[in-house]
Amino acid sequence: MSEAQEGMFGVSGTGDTSGYGGLVRTVANPGSTERPYGGYFDQLADDLERAYPDFADAITKVVVDRGELTLHVKKERLVEVAKVLRDKLLFEMCMGVSGIHYPERTGCELVAVYPLLSMTKNQRVRLEVCTSEVDPHIPSLVEVYGGNNWHERETFDMFGIIFDGHPGLTRILMPDDWDGHPQRKDYPLGGIAVEYKGATTPAPQNRRSYK
Amino acid sequence: MTTFDPYAATRETTEGTVYSVTGGDWDSLVSEIGEAKEERIIVNMGPQHPSTHGVLRLVLELEGETVTEVRPGIGYLHTGIEKNMEYRSWTQGTTFATRMDYLSPIFNETAYCLAIEKLLGITNDIPERASIIRVLMMELNRISSHMVALGTGALELGAMGPMFFAFREREAVLDTFEAITGLRMNMAYVRPGGVQQDLPEGMTVRLRELVKELRKNFKDNERLLVGNTIWMKRTEGIGYLDLAGCTTLGITGPVLRSTGLPWDLRKMQPYCGYENYEFDVITADTCDVYGRFLIRMAELEQSLRIIEQAIDKLDATHGQPVMVADKKIAWPAQLALGADGLGNSLNHIREIMGSSMESLIHHFKLVTEGFRVPAGQAYAAVESPRGELGAHIVSDGGTKPYRVHFREPSFNNLQSTSAMSEGGMVADIIGAVASIDPVMGGVDR
Repeated sequence: MSEAQEGMFGVSGTGDTSGYGGLVRTVANPGSTERPYGGYFDQLADDLERAYPDFADAITKVVVDRGELTLHVKKERLVEVAKVLRDKLLFEMCMGVSGIHYPERTGCELVAVYPLLSMTKNQRVRLEVCTSEVDPHIPSLVEVYGGNNWHERETFDMFGIIFDGHPGLTRILMPDDWDGHPQRKDYPLGGIAVEYKGATTPAPQNRRSYK
Repeated sequence: MTTFDPYAATRETTEGTVYSVTGGDWDSLVSEIGEAKEERIIVNMGPQHPSTHGVLRLVLELEGETVTEVRPGIGYLHTGIEKNMEYRSWTQGTTFATRMDYLSPIFNETAYCLAIEKLLGITNDIPERASIIRVLMMELNRISSHMVALGTGALELGAMGPMFFAFREREAVLDTFEAITGLRMNMAYVRPGGVQQDLPEGMTVRLRELVKELRKNFKDNERLLVGNTIWMKRTEGIGYLDLAGCTTLGITGPVLRSTGLPWDLRKMQPYCGYENYEFDVITADTCDVYGRFLIRMAELEQSLRIIEQAIDKLDATHGQPVMVADKKIAWPAQLALGADGLGNSLNHIREIMGSSMESLIHHFKLVTEGFRVPAGQAYAAVESPRGELGAHIVSDGGTKPYRVHFREPSFNNLQSTSAMSEGGMVADIIGAVASIDPVMGGVDR
């Protein structure tokens, strides 16, 4: 996700006569949030700071957006933070992991997002970790949340994030001998140009697209 | 070694003898296995097997009839729905989402749309009538989904009758879906901002009759199975998974509630106005297949209670809008039933083709390009028949999702097959898998 989007209809450079090629739209991603966070988020952050002395070092950013709390965690501290959240703050469940690929964010291209749930306190919090494409390693959370086993395999399968310490990190949805990781942004949506009655429909990744 | 049998061939590998059974010559296989020195055998159950709820492969390691290891193999129905959604507009995404877990399409759509609405910041602007229709459709869908779970679950354990009754009830619900949306399954009815169209005239009368009919018919299956000695012998104490196991594995839904914990997102983190409905969260304390079966049975009645309240609310909100008022988000076409089926209403066509150029441009832009969603991420969860169905959606400010991920309860819960089955008998795997109620379309997406 770049910080600005240019053009429209997939046209760039000099070929554009529509006038939309010069259109530049800035993308405002939610940034770091200052206290007070609102709701139960302040209490949660206080509790975590108290229970986890290295809070300031491990949590790089706190974002409150659309009523959801996201803690950006340094990847080498992920397991520690998760353990504290599970044992001291009663976040018993991890609802899996979702990967995101941002090719433009150099050094931080691959992101793993963990939605945590506390049934005892009826609260949710999200952990976000990032790693680079060159060294796509993130520690595994399977020893803390056993249910993440398949979820991490799926994220490995789709994004190529290697979860260190996972008991059996193999592909789960794609065939074992598949090349590449389909959910990465540089991996085209499969398909080939289709010819029908003389007209050719280009493969999805080559079609005109709106931005 | 007996004589060569083309339907039950054997071959030697480094791991031991492999027996392939492709035909009906079971006797020759049994006699051959009887000659083998060791009891430990590895059996492939599936990927095509009538008791695996779709294309699921279970690799079983058996000692005699005792299961020592179960390894589920999935991915046979992977269709790349999450990737495809990145190439379509936000509204078109409902057409994909609805096809994941094909037994609970309305839940898929609702989770997806709730997450988009969160990103758009219009959660509180959704018209009341749209939310009521969503609740109505979700609860009808819960009934049709539980009916498949009960019917096929019983069928897999050898009871034929419940299947007939369950599918009779399911068909009644699917017919109602068809009357409301035009489709029995995969309706793409719930849309960002509301629902596709209002209920047809006179639908609440029909719904009241449906509720009456279902309440009467549910008794048939209850009489067949609740307290049935054979059924209880096959299900009691089988597929045991306690609360600690459920939290470790992230299990939600009826399996979690069978441990006695009344965790239901409809009550705990209400959405679509569920806080305005009276219903009970059903639990059991047996942690087994029978408990999960009883929970599903009792949830049918709770769904009927919610539907009855929803019908009353629908009567009270007759004629109110079912789509958000913001014209920059709401689907522009007013759908109406014509002689050739459902399509844009004549009034709408008259306006865009005859009188207002701006309306035509607006219609064209919204339908082809779609609306923009501010950058950010959101997670919305609903209580699907199988547990927490979460939609994690990321936007880059464009007209298409940057990333959509579904936290599918079937995918997550299927992991517990091993914990439920290992150490038990091979026949009990069937009951355990049936009680998880996995839908492979949702598992593989």
